[in-house]
Amino acid sequence: MNAIAHQFKDQATRVTSDLRHRELIQTALGKYSIKRDEKIALFKDWQGARQKASEIKWNAVNHLDEYLVEFTSKLEARGTIVHWASTAGHAREIITGIVKAKNASSVIKSKSMTSEEIHLNDALEKEGVEVVESDLGEFIVQLRHEAPYHIVFPAMHLTRGDISELFTRELKSAPTSSPEELTMIARRVLRQKYVRADVGITGANFAIAETGMISITENEGNARLTAALPKVMITLIGIEKVLPKLEDLALFLPMLATVGAGQAISGYNTLYGGPRQKGEADGPEEFHVVLMDNQRTALLADAEQRDALHCIRCGACLNVCPIYRNVGGHTYGTTYCGPIGAVITPHLRGLKDWKHLSYASSLCGGCTEACPVKINLHHHLLQTRRNSGSKNPVWWQKIAFKLFAPVANGRFLWAMVTRLGRVGQMFHPLVKGTRLDPAYAWTKTREVPKIAPQSFKEWWRQRK
Amino acid sequence: MEWNPFNTMTVSLFIPCFIDMCFPKVGISMVQILEKLGHKVKCPEAPACCGQPAFNTGYWNESRDTAIKVIEQYKDAEVVVIASGSCGAMLKVMYPDLFAQTRHAEAAKAMAAKCFEFSSFLVNRLGVSDLGSRFPARVTFHDGCHGLRELKIKREPRVLMEKVKGLQLVEMDASEVCCGFGGTFSAKFPMISTAMGEVKCDSAKATQAEYIVSNDSSCLMHIQGLLDRRGSKLKTIHLAEILAQS
Repeated sequence: MNAIAHQFKDQATRVTSDLRHRELIQTALGKYSIKRDEKIALFKDWQGARQKASEIKWNAVNHLDEYLVEFTSKLEARGTIVHWASTAGHAREIITGIVKAKNASSVIKSKSMTSEEIHLNDALEKEGVEVVESDLGEFIVQLRHEAPYHIVFPAMHLTRGDISELFTRELKSAPTSSPEELTMIARRVLRQKYVRADVGITGANFAIAETGMISITENEGNARLTAALPKVMITLIGIEKVLPKLEDLALFLPMLATVGAGQAISGYNTLYGGPRQKGEADGPEEFHVVLMDNQRTALLADAEQRDALHCIRCGACLNVCPIYRNVGGHTYGTTYCGPIGAVITPHLRGLKDWKHLSYASSLCGGCTEACPVKINLHHHLLQTRRNSGSKNPVWWQKIAFKLFAPVANGRFLWAMVTRLGRVGQMFHPLVKGTRLDPAYAWTKTREVPKIAPQSFKEWWRQRK
Repeated sequence: MEWNPFNTMTVSLFIPCFIDMCFPKVGISMVQILEKLGHKVKCPEAPACCGQPAFNTGYWNESRDTAIKVIEQYKDAEVVVIASGSCGAMLKVMYPDLFAQTRHAEAAKAMAAKCFEFSSFLVNRLGVSDLGSRFPARVTFHDGCHGLRELKIKREPRVLMEKVKGLQLVEMDASEVCCGFGGTFSAKFPMISTAMGEVKCDSAKATQAEYIVSNDSSCLMHIQGLLDRRGSKLKTIHLAEILAQS
């Protein structure tokens, strides 16, 4: 096991035994699932909607070459400057380059997982630029110097009390347990930052090829201010976010709100088509769109798992995942957590270092059932295990399974193993629960099943 | 087709390794029920495992070594019936993937078509719901993940339980949430597996049921292991064992 996998295991051990954490996450996501189901019920045909969405994404992802060209040419026609970044480093260089060229000292940001993926804030801060997250949850985790805990709910692991304590310490505000007051404290700080910021950086939920527009979904209006107030706007977007037609949003916007947050529609859904045009009263003077690959084309080349590029980052698979619900977001140690993270991280960051995430699953399939765009998530985890087993097999496991086949297949060997098992089990109490116990991983928390005095096959033989 | 006035068939049972060794009553109950319904029961003795442990760990070649025996032994079976959603899903859903582009590809597909999980076989293939069983107890049902999501079995066990005299089913909140077993996962990540199992047990306990029933012994093995360690009075029992009681 490598260091990253060890870290995952250590962290998982710590978090799973934290009962306060368990209660917090189970309660929050329990409430979410009630809201989600209410909103799903508003769809006339939810399964049909999922099928349609997956077909639209399939078409988009399988014709990325055409749709990206259409998207960028429409954007450029209205004066947007389009950049292509093949790697995370390249994307960071482009963005820090723009910020430096503008002599910007302050950047305001709206929520963007893609920017987390490339550690953009660190890169900008290294250049001496102040970066402020404007999404309330992101603002909170930024103050804590933490990564987002969840793709959609970055601060879901914190209670009101935790946030009040944080604001008191960092913003010198008076302690309060009222969510409204906490929001007002953040708002007072953030309003100043919007006005002072030289550059606004946003992510994007969808890129509409037909009209050359960026679609951003949010609930706080912070992305609108981020886009509208600073003179320069930069949008960072993964190339897989493209949708062919404007009308596709009629399905994707309610779908994202439904499974993302249990809402019929999100508070603000905005389309951005370019910089301020002649005669317009507001909007940025300069608009840059950075389209990033960063291993997405490698995933595209994998015909078996290509559908992972359908992902709209709604977080639905995290919310239902019993692993995520017990280990929490930070345990994953990478930007995209939960089932979708376990599937795409080996592609984005290397199979060898990240294969353990595919093993950290009971393969229950809750994720696949929840995914609005029908990504075959849990079967992809099996394929990742297979790829890892054939590329980097663990020798003792391979030998064990090699030896297991004749035992399981042979009548007499199996009968012998059954009898040996009974003898072994007689001596088990001597070592049970100690480090000498071969079943320690199991017996530390669970009792082992007893081998029956007469197995089914022994009964069957006797009966015949 | 042979003339068969009573519409009886020869049912081949596949008895998974842990049912054979630890839960023989599940297999015996199936034999009793099927024979009571007038069917002939066969059970090839050789294959003890469907190959899922190696398959789920990523060793597909080694999994095929085990699984080939199942394919060979049940080649001529009319129907193959399994008292586990997990092993059932392996034969029905995973074998076609596992044997794709091998010389057993066709045989794997044929196997998938004639393979049934026990409750689904009774309800969907035989059209039976009332077995004249009696089990006076308050129970809650755990939907094993593979049975539920790979084989889409949700209604069938409930249809059968509804007809059991004296049985009172109280659904738990987390009936569809994984119990945390996951095969080798339970040993590779015991702390996550245990936490998941505890969530399950708490949800079951809240129903004040005496038994957690399921159509998958592997889940029940995990849940029972946790309950025993906690000294809980809750017990687990396989659906087939309930149906065999009169």
